[in-house]
Amino acid sequence: MPREAMDYDVVIVGGGPSGLSTAIKLKQLDPELNVCLLEKASEIGAHILSGNVFETRALDELFPNWKDLNTPIKTKVSKEKFLFLSKTKSLSWPTWLLPSVQQNHKNYIISLANLCRWLAEQAEALGVEIFPGFPASEILYNEDGSVKGVATQDMGIDKDGNKKESYEPGIELNGKVTVFAEGCRGHLGKELIKKFELDKGKDPQQYGIGFKEIWEVADDKHEEGMVMHTAGWPLDNNTYGGSFIYHAENKQIFLGYVIGLDYKNPYLSPFDEFQRFKTHPAIKKIIEGGKRISYGARALIEGGLQSLPKMYMPGALLVGCDAGTLNMPKIKGSHTAMKSGMIAAETIFEHLKNNNNLSVYENKFKNSWVYKELYQARNVKPSFSWGLILGIIFTGLDQILFRGKLPLTLKHKHADHETLKSAKSMPKIDYPKPDNIITFDKTSSVYLTGTNHTDNQPVHLKLKDPNLPINYTLEKFDEPAQRYCPVGVYEVQKENGINKFVINSQNCIHCKTCDIKEPSQNITWVTPEGGGGPKYGNM
Amino acid sequence: MKILVAVKRVIDYNVQIRVKEDGTGVVTDNVKMSSNPPDDNAIEEAVKIKESGKASEIIAITVGEEKSQETVRKALAVGADRGILVKAEGIIEPLAVAKVLQKIVDKEKPDLVFMGKQAIDDDCNQTGQMLSALLNWPQATFASKIEIKDKALEVTREIDEGLETIEVNIPAIVTCDLRLNEPRYASLPNIMKAKKKPLEILNASDLGVDTAPRVQQIKVEEPPKRKAGIKVANVAELVNKLKNEAKVI
Repeated sequence: MPREAMDYDVVIVGGGPSGLSTAIKLKQLDPELNVCLLEKASEIGAHILSGNVFETRALDELFPNWKDLNTPIKTKVSKEKFLFLSKTKSLSWPTWLLPSVQQNHKNYIISLANLCRWLAEQAEALGVEIFPGFPASEILYNEDGSVKGVATQDMGIDKDGNKKESYEPGIELNGKVTVFAEGCRGHLGKELIKKFELDKGKDPQQYGIGFKEIWEVADDKHEEGMVMHTAGWPLDNNTYGGSFIYHAENKQIFLGYVIGLDYKNPYLSPFDEFQRFKTHPAIKKIIEGGKRISYGARALIEGGLQSLPKMYMPGALLVGCDAGTLNMPKIKGSHTAMKSGMIAAETIFEHLKNNNNLSVYENKFKNSWVYKELYQARNVKPSFSWGLILGIIFTGLDQILFRGKLPLTLKHKHADHETLKSAKSMPKIDYPKPDNIITFDKTSSVYLTGTNHTDNQPVHLKLKDPNLPINYTLEKFDEPAQRYCPVGVYEVQKENGINKFVINSQNCIHCKTCDIKEPSQNITWVTPEGGGGPKYGNM
Repeated sequence: MKILVAVKRVIDYNVQIRVKEDGTGVVTDNVKMSSNPPDDNAIEEAVKIKESGKASEIIAITVGEEKSQETVRKALAVGADRGILVKAEGIIEPLAVAKVLQKIVDKEKPDLVFMGKQAIDDDCNQTGQMLSALLNWPQATFASKIEIKDKALEVTREIDEGLETIEVNIPAIVTCDLRLNEPRYASLPNIMKAKKKPLEILNASDLGVDTAPRVQQIKVEEPPKRKAGIKVANVAELVNKLKNEAKVI
């Protein structure tokens, strides 16, 4: 049976800051354009997770009067701290000695999920058709190979692939231009990058995994507007990462940890590093007596300019972190994602009006402040491949003395799935047991994400070779999926003395870490049935 | 035949409920809301009846704040023909909802009123029964199967002892169990069409219904935390503990 098809001027895949900004800008430029936006979450914002200290630069351009529009942007940064942690001590680094990109006094502490909900309201008011609960699962191509649009996921398929009584076929959405705004490691973006060789001549993309918890704390522990970052313990000198602690409104603390996915020890568990981090005296004292109310995790882009793929192809554009516009030393990607979407909208508007080639996007992007930012930031992340200490010294020179203008560009040498060393050659790590007060296990954590996938649907985490986890990865790397997955989707269970690889896909919070870090690239994340996944509130 | 289906907007069943610190209720800010699951079964059954040619119109109704429109729109997207939102603020008790529905029934003159057997937020399980009393119509609660006979319904009810089959004359109230059917998905084209279906907005006060709570809520608190379990060596020890420590047998 042929699927039903609908035609639009522009089809946007993903309701994050980049996709929504694209949609809004398009309708501002031409209210007559037919624009639709697909989102896999049950509602806009429910799959968004971010720190977030927000720089308003892109929003200032998109809505110059945003301060009058009742946005969820309320808490201005009032105080900043940067701590180096050793196991029991902390050293406060004077903020005037931080590179200017890490100074936040003009920024706001926000929930990006709530900002996206607000952006979606603006977009709908402008006439954008937004469809939450409809993942784009497939790219459609024209005969000439250009992108034609996307198809939404079929609903009501059972775990063996048969149609259930409730079966509802997917819909084809054809756009004159299709914009991919899926965020970091979008599964369609990944296909496009490969098919159109968009990453040709670029360094391998670099990723991190970011965790976030929201804590409700007592009045005397809370200083609204305070922003704190840490580096050092519990990570060793060779593992890239650090924490954030943001004092948001309503006595909430946004507390999180980011770890570079180029870590080498297969025994490392990012989740447990984050939990252990909270036991540091300087951190514990902030959240002690408080209550953890939310938990989540998401992979993020760290590669910067060297890894940024070409963002245009026939019939389609990549925006935001589906390409990789995050500014790593700034630890911010929302403003750059929004701006990349706005530039995409201008490109598409001219393309539809004057038939300009979509490749104009590249020039427009290069002439924008996003590119300047990313250019100045480009050497920070690769310098940390020399370790934390050398990384800091180099970054100090590069960012404070030369302001990112050093006439050299460091390279990212390896993709993250290539960096693991064999289990035999690396030390085991003994993580402390959770106390269920400050630290928790994965089971109680996933419970807070509100994650659900309808029973009896196909497993959306596909193994290229179903025997590889037990036959190779377990032996060589002690199957690191057991540890890098932030919600315990992957388990190795012993049944009658035989090891079995179990995928609890109903717990998946769509972070994409497995798709990135699996050493043989054996796991592919595809879209589950619409509406599945976490139901984040103000993450 | 005309079917009125009552739906409610509740906190999504996947969300972990949190009690407000001051004990005045549960946290609803930044929380995903959805339609009450058994109400989805009620809508589905009405749509099935219409598809079989035995009903001509389905009206979806909800009582609540402005945002409850979403829940009516969802009902429209799976097959209801038009919607009604009766606006009321704050806690709205089952009696108030039943009185609003009574007014709407007087106006719309449906042959059947369907709704979920209970809402998953307050678990009251009262509205259908109260409406039945107010209208003096027969009621069939906890329906897991509905068959339409000439001017009557044969309804299979889920009861503690098993299944009970009853016959009620039309007009009637039916409250629906989750086993009644499998609600369909709203397809994308139908969601778009639903945006254009009529949705009437009324105020409870205009209908002459006072929705102020009759019950005073004193305090909401979390259930006590469960203690970790222990392992017993054998049945004798288990029985001993149940008898002497837990004192339950």
